[in-house]
Amino acid sequence: MIWITQLLNGVLLGGYYALLACGLSFMFGVMRIINLAHGDLAILCACVVFFIADQTGISPFVALIVALPLMAAIGFWLQRLMLERSLRGGMLVPLLTTFGLAIVIENGLFEYFGADSRSLAPYIGDFAFDSWAIPGNIYIGSLALLIFAVAVVLLGGLKLFLTHTSLGRAIRATAEDPDTAGLVGINARYVYAVAAAIAVASAGLAGVFLAMRETFSPYSGPTQLIFAFEAVVIGGIGSLSGTLVGGIVLGIAQTFGAQINPQGFLIAGHVVFLVVLAGRLAAGALQARGGLHRLFARRS
Amino acid sequence: MSLLAVEQLDARHGLLQAVRGVTFTVAAGETLALVGANGAGKTTLLRTIAGAHRPFGGRILFDGIDVTAVPAYARLRTGIALVPEGRRLFNGMTVKENLLVAGAYGNSGPWTLDTVLDAFPLLRPRLNNRAGTLSGGEQQATAIGRALMTNPKLLLLDEVSLGLAPIAVEAVYRSLEALIKVGATILLVEQDIGRALGVATRVACMLEGRIILAKDAKDVTREQVTEAYFGLQRARRVTS
Repeated sequence: MIWITQLLNGVLLGGYYALLACGLSFMFGVMRIINLAHGDLAILCACVVFFIADQTGISPFVALIVALPLMAAIGFWLQRLMLERSLRGGMLVPLLTTFGLAIVIENGLFEYFGADSRSLAPYIGDFAFDSWAIPGNIYIGSLALLIFAVAVVLLGGLKLFLTHTSLGRAIRATAEDPDTAGLVGINARYVYAVAAAIAVASAGLAGVFLAMRETFSPYSGPTQLIFAFEAVVIGGIGSLSGTLVGGIVLGIAQTFGAQINPQGFLIAGHVVFLVVLAGRLAAGALQARGGLHRLFARRS
Repeated sequence: MSLLAVEQLDARHGLLQAVRGVTFTVAAGETLALVGANGAGKTTLLRTIAGAHRPFGGRILFDGIDVTAVPAYARLRTGIALVPEGRRLFNGMTVKENLLVAGAYGNSGPWTLDTVLDAFPLLRPRLNNRAGTLSGGEQQATAIGRALMTNPKLLLLDEVSLGLAPIAVEAVYRSLEALIKVGATILLVEQDIGRALGVATRVACMLEGRIILAKDAKDVTREQVTEAYFGLQRARRVTS
């Protein structure tokens, strides 16, 4: 029975990873930018929410109303002022720019918040550890379930947005061919900035959920980036539904690893990631140049 | 007054000067065919007019307004639409999405999804297919339809018959003639001189970045165009 519980926990944990990975995957799919500051942007949002909750006593869920638009604005102007310029220098320059940005965010947060580990759990009361018992002696954490539900709604909503709204179609058209997008009236600069806003806001949401489930410090970002990377690579780069699957696979691998051996949590996730990566490389299926249209490709 | 006026336009690809001091006008309702050999600068000229290529010098006036510095996406809203060489559809998107994405950002006018599909009925059964899976003729129809969705005052067509089966070329040109009949203003690049002369009211021939012949289509002979096309006049001058 413990294995079924762990399987469920793994799936729910996978929801968190999918939420975390979605922005990374989206940014790469649309702009071909690998955002190495992704994890740190998530932590930045967690710190913003922590600051609001700590200073005013407002619930972290309410604080999201302020924090998420702030993250979207950060993403928009990050693209407009920094990434857009570095993209002109080729694929490698944004990698260096976002790496630098990661360092700036980490040390900026360290400057203000210090090295202490913090958590948002005390600010959400019982919800942090509440669970439902379902028949068969299985317990499901209510926070984990909420995170999973949010991940599914966000990924599904993003997919619907991309297929059924004109801005969504413009994003896909620009992802495929920015030059021709201009010829049908799409302002590629604006579309890129909107895509960056979506990606950074979703990272921020993931960061806040992380802070609710466990502790974080200004230097927690890179670890989250690695998890996001693993979920994206397992699920297939640029594919939204793949990202959900990738997150779940990573989540199950980690919880099973932890069940086998308390130290096995990380190593099991990494092993599954490496096995999938090796398999994909061998099959020649890891085509990083895939493009956003692969979001909609039926996965075989 | 002319709808489009190009004045002393220079366009370069790095050190290579593709368009050299080109000056011409297109009046409303006119169909100007631009002919010339490969590398004569036709595509660059069209892309520069559409705003996809930054000019090195000269001016482009559209509807009396200087649009030289206006970026492509905003120039589209002034009423210039380009059907690019090689069609350049969004292959991962369906035909319908390709049309809608252009319609959302263009001007409103007589061309809507329905009227475009009436003009190109062959697209109706293919609406939900991905553009990448279409035949060449269907893709070209989608590309022209996509440009029409923006309700342009001036339609720029770059090599619409390139790489198409003869029967598809025939179909594309029948649609073009229908467009011309309802008063569309078209600037057309075409390798096939016969086709170009068949639909155009005026013909301009480009050689090495310059317009070396510009005449009314009814006054021009095939021989004159052929001579200009291959630069024979100049060759004769050099040898004699």
